[in-house]
Amino acid sequence: MKGYNFAYLDDQTKRMIRRGLLKAVAIPGHQVPFGSREMPLPYGWGTGGIQVTASILGAGDVLKVIDQGADDTTNAVSIRRFFARTAGVATTTSTAEATVIQTRHRIPEKQLREDQIIVYQVPQPEPLSRLEPSRVETKRMHGLADYGLMHVKLYEDIARYGQISISYDYPVMVNERYLMSPSPIPAFDNPKMDMMPALQLFGAGREKRIYAIPPWTRVKSLDFADFPFRAIRAPQACGLCGATDSYLDEVVTDNHGGRLFVCSDTDHCSERRAGFEEAAE
Amino acid sequence: MTDPTLLSGRGLGSTFGGVTALADVDVDLWPGEMLAVVGESGSGKTTLLNVLSGRLMPDTGVVWYRDPSGTLHDVHAMPAPVLRTLHRSDWGFVHQDPRQNLRMNVSAGGNVGERLMAQGERHYGNIRSVALDWLAQVEIDADRIDDLPRVFSGGMLQRLQIARTLVTHPRLVFMDEPTGGLDVSVQARLLDLIRSLVARLQIAVVLVTHDIAVARLLAHRIAVMQRGRIVETGLTDQVLDDPRHPYTQLLVSSVLNA
Repeated sequence: MKGYNFAYLDDQTKRMIRRGLLKAVAIPGHQVPFGSREMPLPYGWGTGGIQVTASILGAGDVLKVIDQGADDTTNAVSIRRFFARTAGVATTTSTAEATVIQTRHRIPEKQLREDQIIVYQVPQPEPLSRLEPSRVETKRMHGLADYGLMHVKLYEDIARYGQISISYDYPVMVNERYLMSPSPIPAFDNPKMDMMPALQLFGAGREKRIYAIPPWTRVKSLDFADFPFRAIRAPQACGLCGATDSYLDEVVTDNHGGRLFVCSDTDHCSERRAGFEEAAE
Repeated sequence: MTDPTLLSGRGLGSTFGGVTALADVDVDLWPGEMLAVVGESGSGKTTLLNVLSGRLMPDTGVVWYRDPSGTLHDVHAMPAPVLRTLHRSDWGFVHQDPRQNLRMNVSAGGNVGERLMAQGERHYGNIRSVALDWLAQVEIDADRIDDLPRVFSGGMLQRLQIARTLVTHPRLVFMDEPTGGLDVSVQARLLDLIRSLVARLQIAVVLVTHDIAVARLLAHRIAVMQRGRIVETGLTDQVLDDPRHPYTQLLVSSVLNA
């Protein structure tokens, strides 16, 4: 697009972010501060993710953007169109075809490959923020790997509710060293981060932090020996494609209590249905 | 004494601006021993406690700590992670105000279990049973385990703090006026509790207090401080029954006999 640099951000900013990304990849799970820029969308809409995507995007990349698993929601459509206009890159809704996937709140159901990068939009990068309000203190805790407090939170959950009640943004240990917030993905998606072949990058625009998980890195959800981590999903099958192993959204269909459970990953769901049609023909 | 000391300070000095808080203080603490530091407000008791526990860097002098393997460590030269680990395992700190130490929005059981979890305990059932055991030891009912500390009385809070501190079986505990601000009957019960726990677990304690009666009841040895200096030290009964330094004489004579 005329008057704008490739992928909107100027090259100095991209370099600064790439330096941050290199450091983040070198220290898996460690939060690297960066000079977050003002972007043409509000904080909370993915300013962190969009800056990371802009910095890594090349002319030959194919971009997919998902919001809560869906390719057709406002946030996903807007960001996809933003990069189509400012970078002229090809976009897709297919997980398999994409080389860069920017996501909010989900990891695609389809297993990612080594030649793909997934960029997460992160509202709050600090996993200890609700337990320890002081940034100085949480930095010290990360530095000393002093994470007993996070387990106190899990203990409190079990004591109060009989189980660990965190259903999204479930804290993980990366490479057995850093405690990390996986961004508000459902706990169901946590196991997908472990030993993922794709590079995982996280950008928090308002909080000005970048972190990363290199490919094939161990990511463990925190738990107790006698209360192991469980990936929870609604116990239904998808109302459209019948999948019993995917993460489901509950959709209200009418004013008479009608409900439908459908795959939150729209690409996964439509691909499965297309497969059934082909088989039927 | 032939036993090696657990903690010793040599030539400790500390000033705040122009005010001398500590001057040329030597302290020794042997394993399983309770040392009381007494003196009036502003005499440097709390500064001494902070310096000994590594929380405050002294201007002069050195503090040596002997770890379980017998190796001596300069407390103020220790790397921060090592000192922090020490504070969470082998050492403990009991504050005058339990709210400084306790997490007020975490249940009693979680408060007691935190040090265990910081040490890597990852079995909920074990943490819970240890917490229950410790609540019983400090005379808190088992059915209060899931209550928040803010519904506890002052005496219960202090007992909870002690359980939280002692759960990892520390060898050395620093206590800053543990019975301050409690009424007399609660104080008596707490003193009794501290005395029996410390004796049974063989914990060495540095106890800061302005209350001579507390020192007499608990401590084996006593150090009297005035204006940043230790003016008299010795066995508790000896010092209190036969004070030599004029300031100690004043201190002892100013206590009312009940």
